[in-house]
Amino acid sequence: MVRIKPAGDQAVTIEFGDSIDEAVSARVIALERSLKDNPLAGITETVPTYRSLLVFYDPEILGGRDLTRHLEARADAATTAGAARARHFTVPVCYQGADALDLDAVAAERGMDPDAVIALHTGATFRVFMIGFAPGFAYLGGLPQALETPRLAEPRQHVPAGAVGIGGKQAAINSLPGPSGWRYIGRTPLRLFDPERNDPAFFRAGDIIRFAAISPEDMADLDRRAALGEAIVEAEAPW
Amino acid sequence: MVMLEVAKAGLMVTVQAKPRTGYLAAGVSPSGPMDEEAFRIAQALVGNPPDAAALEFAQTGGSYRVSEPTLVAVTGGAAEVLINGQPAPCWESHLLEPGERLNVGVLRGGMWGYIAFSGGIDVPVVLGSRTTHVRNAMGGFKGRALAVGDMLTLFPSATRSPRRMRSIFRRPSGPIRAIAGPQDDYFDARAWSLFLEEPFAVSTRRDRMASLLFGPALHAARGHDIISDGTPPGSIQVPGSGTATVLTAERQTTGGYPKIATVISADLPRLAQMPGGLPFRFALVDQEQAEESLRTARRAVDAIIAEIEQG
Repeated sequence: MVRIKPAGDQAVTIEFGDSIDEAVSARVIALERSLKDNPLAGITETVPTYRSLLVFYDPEILGGRDLTRHLEARADAATTAGAARARHFTVPVCYQGADALDLDAVAAERGMDPDAVIALHTGATFRVFMIGFAPGFAYLGGLPQALETPRLAEPRQHVPAGAVGIGGKQAAINSLPGPSGWRYIGRTPLRLFDPERNDPAFFRAGDIIRFAAISPEDMADLDRRAALGEAIVEAEAPW
Repeated sequence: MVMLEVAKAGLMVTVQAKPRTGYLAAGVSPSGPMDEEAFRIAQALVGNPPDAAALEFAQTGGSYRVSEPTLVAVTGGAAEVLINGQPAPCWESHLLEPGERLNVGVLRGGMWGYIAFSGGIDVPVVLGSRTTHVRNAMGGFKGRALAVGDMLTLFPSATRSPRRMRSIFRRPSGPIRAIAGPQDDYFDARAWSLFLEEPFAVSTRRDRMASLLFGPALHAARGHDIISDGTPPGSIQVPGSGTATVLTAERQTTGGYPKIATVISADLPRLAQMPGGLPFRFALVDQEQAEESLRTARRAVDAIIAEIEQG
């Protein structure tokens, strides 16, 4: 099901489904990539989300009606073969001490011990479905069902950048310090957002990631290196 | 170096410039002026290029001093503007000399005012723009609203000859026009008839991110949670409370509430400037009509700016 709708007079949205689903997300990313590889004059910006791509255009150059027709054709032609090109990352996470804000509470709620939570979390493969909510904030799919935990009734006023969390069926990595009602079980030293970088958001929709547990000592070292602007995580060959 | 001193802070005074485009997919809100038309005219009145930075304020402007002779212009509405106690009308530029005090009072007929200074405000360009995003503390002057005692820097002025408009800047009147959707089908016939037939007004809960509207509660028959998607400017999203909420400059890049309709670009400045409590209605137009209205509105401002530049 492909549905294209006006989203005002400078954007149209193209929906590939109405569910949080890897295959739907793959189609969103395939179209986004197709529009990057073969741009259409007048398209100014695209925003990939779970199941839709918001396509901004300049009405001085291109009309929404023509854009809609163009996207109908593109959406069919854009294949998900590019999925093999997805970037893969292993993200270090400290699941101990102050970095493990809600780990014990989540473990208790799920009826398991904290080590089992960590084992499930580091054993899963996650997909970045969308960057949104805040600069660089990564919404992840792929959370093992056993770890699904409702959000807090009262959001916390301060959650640090890099906090790795669970919100219902979704997972996320927080990018900037701020309030949040998600449950955070660890923290990564990776800087998800840095306006000084060419790509200010570290992740983009379509990336594949897994988490690796690190010690508080390694965490301190990586925190220090990340603060100096060092790249502490690199893209890997697909696993 | 030309210094700009905040002698008295107005309300929510921020450095504003063109929106920070190109980073929506990275989750970066575009920000930018709430009323791009008044902003562009203010810049033209002091001889600045369109990508220069000026001040935006909410309702009350504050007081300022400069260290070199500088052209200043206030737009957005009608405010009592005084230079050393002498009236200096809005919508034209005036020379502010060192030692003189520019005082910008309460804005009438508008919510967001602009104070442009010749040369433009020298703050770092962050991701392509000098605009401030207050919630993310990004861009502008230290990422925040200005406070008394702040010292900003201006670029050198290209001109010291005051400028004025040759014709009156008129905004469209009548209903606020909107395009249905993207989640128009989340709302049933009853919600749609309330949306199109009942009056709305901007409530006191308004800021650079969004305006909550007074008006009938709109019930989304298909529910008030959607799978989060992108949020264009002017989105009228409806959370579970049923309160229609129009997203503006500092909106988040994605959102999880259904959007019944999207205010057309040509009417967004007018809605941003709408006095609180003043009733208005929504009317639907199609995308093509809205594009045409935007081009017409842009050409009208272009013409005003061309006249200003001809002197």
